[in-house]
Amino acid sequence: MTDIILDIEHQQSSHCESGVISTLLRSKGLNISEPMAFGLSSALTFVYLPMVKIGGLPLIAYRMPPKAIIKAVCKKLNVDLDSQTFSNQAKGMQALDDELAKGNLVGLQTSVYWLPYFPEDMRFHFNAHNLVVYGKNAQGNYLISDPVFEHVVECPAEDLQRARFAKGALAAKGRMYVVRKVPQQIDLTPHIYSSINKTAKMMNGLLLPFFGNKGIKFLAKKIRALVKTKPKYQKLFLGNIVRMQEEIGTGGAGFRFMFASFLDESAKLTDNNELQAAAKQATQVGDNWREFAMDAVLFCKKRKDLSLDNVADKLESCATQEQALRSTLLAIKSQ
Amino acid sequence: MNEKDVPQDDSATYQGQKKLIYAVDESGHYHGVKSTGWEVESFATQMAVDDLQEQTQDALIQAKQGQVSALAYHMLRLRFDISSLSQTTGFFQWQIKRHLTPKVFNKLPERKLNTYCEVMKLTLAELTSLPE
Repeated sequence: MTDIILDIEHQQSSHCESGVISTLLRSKGLNISEPMAFGLSSALTFVYLPMVKIGGLPLIAYRMPPKAIIKAVCKKLNVDLDSQTFSNQAKGMQALDDELAKGNLVGLQTSVYWLPYFPEDMRFHFNAHNLVVYGKNAQGNYLISDPVFEHVVECPAEDLQRARFAKGALAAKGRMYVVRKVPQQIDLTPHIYSSINKTAKMMNGLLLPFFGNKGIKFLAKKIRALVKTKPKYQKLFLGNIVRMQEEIGTGGAGFRFMFASFLDESAKLTDNNELQAAAKQATQVGDNWREFAMDAVLFCKKRKDLSLDNVADKLESCATQEQALRSTLLAIKSQ
Repeated sequence: MNEKDVPQDDSATYQGQKKLIYAVDESGHYHGVKSTGWEVESFATQMAVDDLQEQTQDALIQAKQGQVSALAYHMLRLRFDISSLSQTTGFFQWQIKRHLTPKVFNKLPERKLNTYCEVMKLTLAELTSLPE
């Protein structure tokens, strides 16, 4: 067997899903940056689901659920995306080889845990990690452009198969996707405004108390209530929030900086100063989230005289700031 | 965040990898900036990893004393918990809880053990034994 190595311009991203779709679209000549993909899909949000436990700790997310970004971007920009899942593993691997042989870059949904090139401390059972396969070498190893890594990586076929077909929550079932056709000309302007509007509307949360600003305040309330729990649980609870915000490829401050970057890029594209001002405000929101993370960890370290109330206050200030950002975003008019 | 404020703390948890963070340059525009880690973040990661390791060690000691089955140790070592193991194996959580006791685990038919082996990528011998 000879090597198959397709042309790819590997670009490191913060987040896997926005990174993969950006890479796939750029390979077809459609220049969509990672923040642009993230912003266009209105993926920014906040979710705190106390009843969904992962390793005994509640689910906290700063973005829409997996697959939402790719789906929304392709729908908005009228991109023809061919996505399929497989019940037969061998067929799934064969289909991947066939697409590579045809010269197509292939996006895959995989489980982080079974990808051997991940650092040990970052491997956990999360089934919705996205990556791009750009070839296969003579030894049968797949050549992978994993968007959250600085350089391209290699993965043995057996491991990749295991990663694609890992069962459990959000199981990928071997999901693979190929961009078939992209439109020649796209005017991003109307999409930018509509997606900002959607993001802003979501920021207030839905009827339930788990989303958006309401979710942030709800979480702050939970932090205050931690007083009654053991110090060890307090630490793990706060550590979990920080990890979801910073460790899991978010581009810093739970995607707030990535969103600000999207606003910044949009301001340049549309020549709209209001967007530039909003970008600045979003950056301040992000900075405040980072300060919250610092406070949370300082509390865990028992440094300074921080109390749980102080940490919760800081988190509530994030909610207040996001409320203000929401008003700014809703007031933006297309020019 | 300002470009020059992007932390470069050489976090051990990154194992030499770098992450991309979005930050503002002097002209006020955004760029992707590579970061070697942030002390605050790696503290949180380390805390979670340490907690898991502690639980795993406890399970190993208990398994050696015959209080829990080898499955309890391997489950934690491979970063599963009862709920994720239930989702991947198809067993109910109450079944897995029973399998965590040596009495039930030692009598499990090979068919059920194989289900665990498959999901956890272990051989039958590895699943039923403990490290020295």
